[in-house]
Amino acid sequence: MDTTEKMKTENLNAWFGPKQALKEITLSIKANVVTAIIGPSGCGKSTFIRTLNRMHELVPEARISGQVLLDGQNIYADEVDPVQIRRRVGMVFQKPNPFPTMSIYDNVAAGLKLAGAKKGQALDEIVQKSLQQATLWDEVKDDLRKPGTSISGGQQQRLCIARALAVNPEVILMDEPCSALDPIATAKIETLIRQLAENYTVVIVTHNMQQAARVSDFTAFFYLGKLIEYGETNALFENPKSELTEKYITGKFG
Amino acid sequence: MLNSYSIRKFKNKAAYVLCLCCVVIAVVPLASILFEVIARGASQLSIQFLTSNGLEGGIGPAIQGTLILIGLTSLIGVPIGILSGVYLAEFGDNKYASTMRTINDILTEFPSIVVGITAFSIIVIGVTGSFSPLAGAIALSFMMIPIVARTTEEALKLVLNSIREASLALGAHQWKTILRVVLPAARQGLVTGTLLAVARIAGETAPILLTILGNSYFFQGFNQPMDALPLRIFLNSRQPSPEVQAQAWGAALVLILIVLALNIVVRIATKGRFKR
Repeated sequence: MDTTEKMKTENLNAWFGPKQALKEITLSIKANVVTAIIGPSGCGKSTFIRTLNRMHELVPEARISGQVLLDGQNIYADEVDPVQIRRRVGMVFQKPNPFPTMSIYDNVAAGLKLAGAKKGQALDEIVQKSLQQATLWDEVKDDLRKPGTSISGGQQQRLCIARALAVNPEVILMDEPCSALDPIATAKIETLIRQLAENYTVVIVTHNMQQAARVSDFTAFFYLGKLIEYGETNALFENPKSELTEKYITGKFG
Repeated sequence: MLNSYSIRKFKNKAAYVLCLCCVVIAVVPLASILFEVIARGASQLSIQFLTSNGLEGGIGPAIQGTLILIGLTSLIGVPIGILSGVYLAEFGDNKYASTMRTINDILTEFPSIVVGITAFSIIVIGVTGSFSPLAGAIALSFMMIPIVARTTEEALKLVLNSIREASLALGAHQWKTILRVVLPAARQGLVTGTLLAVARIAGETAPILLTILGNSYFFQGFNQPMDALPLRIFLNSRQPSPEVQAQAWGAALVLILIVLALNIVVRIATKGRFKR
């Protein structure tokens, strides 16, 4: 697969207080593909993607060392505003978290409105386009004024994806986006993830290996805060180089 | 062997009856106060009583004064209280904040007469040189701020962290996240806290006794003594004349009605579009 590099971590370490969650992670994330991060609970996979848009540092006493590059620029450099990074690197969370006081429309428009955008046709179009990209438009187009929390869990998660897309990010991070959803809603999100990779760089954390195999082009296996193995998904699942990876993907532990 | 099920059933019943008795004991004084105030106060209510000044046997100045005090105090106390609460909830993860939290808790329970005498010696004597609505409002806001700050902090803590993260992950600044996402989500709590504080200060007597003094006439200016309902109740109830004492009961009923009306109006006005 011939793709360019979108993000890269170099000797990335992350801590929560005295506890080290990531150890010397050097990983290159390719543009316009889906990269899956797999590994057992507590291996640092969520921490890892939260370092990619500077959400990690919001936790009290959390810190990092090393570099995270976005298009070659270190996002942890002193002059970099984390707010700007988060606009370029969006995020979808484990549990659907639409804003409870906002309508479906306002949820999608929230990122732009919080950045100062005014109401109007331009905003309407972005909202429609984002909901269409998130394959939710047909289900909610007559209910845009209803509360964002009034739709089903799977729809709420696609609403959260639409909300992330509306600010036109370059990278979308997904932290176990299907773990709170039923199989049908999960299938919809997985199809959506494949579609998103045409225009966006997607990094998805999942504890579900079948999901990683289904949706991703590249897979990274984390264990105890270390990157054990990284490569094209097919190769990693069919022919793992590390014994640890093999044990994990064959279900011997995890 | 004794039937253990029937023993348990009896214990269950006994505990239930005990709880019920306690509720009745708690409610009886409250109900009797309400009953007494309505029984004695309702007969006083008339347009003349509500609108004329003290020399004509009315409580017009007291109603006006209480409304002015509530307005002025809220103007000072609500913004400061809410912003303090925001600090404690959103930035309060340090030792300064926990010290402030402790001081705030002490202030919430502070004897109101102490607040009154402090406001008297600092503001009435030191700053304005006279009894005034301003001095009264400042004294009352000392009482309001800690209540609003505390309830704001509690309300903001109930807002799920995932909502804050969602906003920050969209590239929203922290202050916008707080203003547009967190505070609206906590709106009901903020309203409840503010109303609690208003109800509390509307009935406070000690601080205003020493700061606004009382007045038989309608509002004379921000640097002149003013009347208020609690003050009228206190002063009139100490008079020997049964007529004047009856006015105190009327004033008490009006005070309760004002607090009740404020509650209803504010709740309707700030009702969110969406139920949570």
